[in-house]
Amino acid sequence: MREFVYQRATDISGAVALLDGDPQARFLGGGTNLVDLMKAGVERPDRLVDVRELPLGRIETTQDGGLRIGATVTNSELAAHPEVRRRYPALAQAVLAGASGQLRNMATVGGNLLQRTRCAYFTDTSLPCNKRSPGSGCPAVTGEHHNHAILGASEHCVAVHPSDMGVALAAFDAVVSYETTEGGGEVALADFYLPVGDTPHLETALPPGALITAVTLPPAQVASHSRYRKVRERASYAFAIGSAAAALDVADGMVREVRLAFGAVASRPWRAREAERVLTGRPPEGAAFAEAADAELAAARVLDQNAYKLPLMRNLVVALLTELAEETDR
Amino acid sequence: MTTTAGPRTVGVAHTRVEGRDKVTGAARYASEQPFDHLAHGWLVLSAIARGRVRAVGDAAVRAMPGVLAVFHSGNAPRLMTDYTSILGPPDPTLALFQHDRVPHQGWPVALVVAETPEQAREAAEALVVEYDEEPHDVAFHAGRPDTYIPEDANAVASKGDLEAELAASAVVVDASYTTPEEHHSAMEPHAVTARWDGGRLEVIDTNQGAMWVAGELAQLFSLDPSSVRVRSEHIGGAFGSKGVRPHQVAAVMAATELQRPVRLALTRRQTFAITGYRSPTAQRVRLGADPDGRLRALEHEALSLTSTLRPFVETSAVLGRVLYDARAHHTAHRLVDLDMPTPTWMRAPGEAPGSFALESALDELADRLGMDPIELRARNEPTVGPLSGLPFSSRDLLGCFREGARRFGWAERDPRPRSRREGRWLLGTGTAAATYPSGAAPSTASVTAEADGTFTVRITAADVGTGARTALTLIAAEALDVEPDRVTVRIGDSDFGPAWVAGGSMGTRSWSLAVSSAARELRGRLALADGDIPPEGITARTDTAGLLAELAKKERHSFGAQFAEVAVDVTTGEIRVRRMLGIFAAGRIVNPLTARSQLVGGMIWGLSMALHEEAVRDPASGGQLGADFANYHVAAHADVPAIEADFIDDPVPDDPVGVKGIGEIGIVGAAAAISNAVRHATGVRHRDLPLRPDRVLRAEEEAAAQHG
Repeated sequence: MREFVYQRATDISGAVALLDGDPQARFLGGGTNLVDLMKAGVERPDRLVDVRELPLGRIETTQDGGLRIGATVTNSELAAHPEVRRRYPALAQAVLAGASGQLRNMATVGGNLLQRTRCAYFTDTSLPCNKRSPGSGCPAVTGEHHNHAILGASEHCVAVHPSDMGVALAAFDAVVSYETTEGGGEVALADFYLPVGDTPHLETALPPGALITAVTLPPAQVASHSRYRKVRERASYAFAIGSAAAALDVADGMVREVRLAFGAVASRPWRAREAERVLTGRPPEGAAFAEAADAELAAARVLDQNAYKLPLMRNLVVALLTELAEETDR
Repeated sequence: MTTTAGPRTVGVAHTRVEGRDKVTGAARYASEQPFDHLAHGWLVLSAIARGRVRAVGDAAVRAMPGVLAVFHSGNAPRLMTDYTSILGPPDPTLALFQHDRVPHQGWPVALVVAETPEQAREAAEALVVEYDEEPHDVAFHAGRPDTYIPEDANAVASKGDLEAELAASAVVVDASYTTPEEHHSAMEPHAVTARWDGGRLEVIDTNQGAMWVAGELAQLFSLDPSSVRVRSEHIGGAFGSKGVRPHQVAAVMAATELQRPVRLALTRRQTFAITGYRSPTAQRVRLGADPDGRLRALEHEALSLTSTLRPFVETSAVLGRVLYDARAHHTAHRLVDLDMPTPTWMRAPGEAPGSFALESALDELADRLGMDPIELRARNEPTVGPLSGLPFSSRDLLGCFREGARRFGWAERDPRPRSRREGRWLLGTGTAAATYPSGAAPSTASVTAEADGTFTVRITAADVGTGARTALTLIAAEALDVEPDRVTVRIGDSDFGPAWVAGGSMGTRSWSLAVSSAARELRGRLALADGDIPPEGITARTDTAGLLAELAKKERHSFGAQFAEVAVDVTTGEIRVRRMLGIFAAGRIVNPLTARSQLVGGMIWGLSMALHEEAVRDPASGGQLGADFANYHVAAHADVPAIEADFIDDPVPDDPVGVKGIGEIGIVGAAAAISNAVRHATGVRHRDLPLRPDRVLRAEEEAAAQHG
């Protein structure tokens, strides 16, 4: 393990200044992914700037009635927050579906968005990986890829994004705020993760050295009737093999608004806009749900071992929306 | 209520004698012992799966901060590897740096020693090793043309005319099963410290047999056995993986060359790479039966892999030789040599994967016959060993099924598949038989009557976390007829003399024979001494070799019945176990508290084997992909439902202690019971472990396509 400098930042401008011009430095949040990657040799920072003491630990209602979630809010705090649970229940459920109690107590919202794929080729430095070592190749395509991407991937990388939280945030049109030495900025979560293409090592739209300061959820009536379900091969403490966040608003027997996002199918939380389009204005019933799922999954490209994700995601969408529709009826 | 007079010893629940030390942190594990002037070693493991080490760039690394030495095949001292230990020939990886060949991924190619573990690791990771790489083959599957029958006493056993009996059978089940590569995954990673002290080699280790490790280290380094002392006080799980491994050899090599204490503590990834594993298996079972369920033919063939260095046989086909009568039996093992590490014993070696195949096949046969699976087993209960013809020392498999069926509510079961649903979950129940040999091996022990009225037992036993130290305290107290708190049991020290290892479900039985026999002899001598005990105490010492030689040749085994209830969501492929029950006939239970824990632990492992555990080999590199607990899944707490394990009386009339082994049997049959329950829940028979969601989903799609 490489020796590194540890510094604790106490204000935002100081934090970004510490990272400025040092591409080998990293911000340290809960460390639940970064420290593992350092042990594995995937990350070898020369400096860690601990941001947990920054004044970014609050969840506040915005003027327009949305929520602004500070970047250092822990996953546990986010899932327990009464406004999150009331207005964005799928978000609280998604967070609680991830990791373990101990990890959620440490993991931060900003760090969660920036966590890296758990693709085993990426985390083993003895193996090729275009994401870790650009141009070295992607052995997953012909090797082990049971839990790899079926949407938005390329021959250069088929890794999936591991976040549960991000799936719910994608469904709810979250916006990421950040700070740099040049000033602040915002980027919609829909644009936050870059397309894979032939540059899988370029993962986000954040400028170099940027510090995530907050994630803002715009107000959305539909979000209050939402649900997250995660499928995994063991009951706890495993990454999804497929997950979905769904929100449904039915008026006069028709779908007025629907939100759908998928996890564990792509290099980013996958907003299922095509499915939403197909479903909007239709009666909320099984056939329409299945048609919507199929419309979204029409773009899927499966490999030898991950074709099961097609029926899995289709079944998951139908089950989640059926549950939400039945609850609307009551 | 009757109260038994006398000390509360064998058969009474006792918490672990060292339990308080363990939960308060006072118990020190191998890597926690402080040493002055300690240096730290780090192994460099091969990144290729086959070839030769061409060059090791150690010059640059020697200049790194804190680095004391770099060992590799170009400079390492010679070892003596041509010997046979109490457990057979040495593991090939013990020939540390003795040649430049790389026979598999993870083969140790260099050792870096430095002042701190961080410096050693950084230098080890910076070390450039150049290889001449050769094409490798790690593809294990049935139907390979290059399999062979190993030269192993257990390789093949037959009786009767198998093909004729199959032809005469009204019903034949012919099915193939696979189990994946699995790893021991002990909580405590392997760790060792070696040092020379006053002309003796001292090794602080975590292992299953201090004498075993001491004996092999003495051989490897050509030392007088009496000059090697290995201690292993507390062990955080072993399961077959904590024998003699390259890290102990590395520590002794470095401590000898540098003349200072050297410690190696393996990372989790290293434990996956160099401490052994269970071979994947491909098995075929053919059962032929009359309409009344009587077996005419039982065939079980099992293929497993080994390295190119040494045959190791996963004896998956042996359990049918004990479990079921049949006119014709054929049980056989085959091997294939691959560019893989040498597999080793892992909890219930043979019986764990073998029972998945055989006990699934029995369930398939019961389905085909329209017969209750417990009744089918009752029809085929042997009176003597089906192949050996020897009597059983005791056998109550059917008693286990009777008691289990009663407590599980088996009689209320609707045998039709897909007959129970609860929301999105299909529910089902299944059962399977369990058995494991109950052997014993010669051991020595001493018992000392101290002048203060207490007793000290010394035996080179190992408490791998099972409660062996406590069990032996109870055994000694019983034999001495004193309360357990007057007995101190000292174990895990090779200076205490030869004793069997914690392995093969033979530890407690072997050690109990030695301890009780020494205690009996001591009582005789105390009677002669007439209560007059000198300051150094009075010690009796025994060796059980003679005692065991006199034991009549019999089929000696533990038996059990496993029951499981599962819930399956066929739309997502999720399987969750709802409850498990295991009833065991396992001789006299020394400590019901820890025995229950051990059996429940085995059953949880069976659950984990059924649903989760699978090591994945990367075909391109030949290495294990994701050698960590993020990728190699074992059951999490949330996967473990209500699990009950209990015993029925199982007296062994001709046995001096009546103790059988319980270390392995808890896992045997557990995966089959779960898979049989999944078949009951869904109507789909799964023959490949683990029962992954993608497999459940694919089976459901295929079934839908067939019916649609």
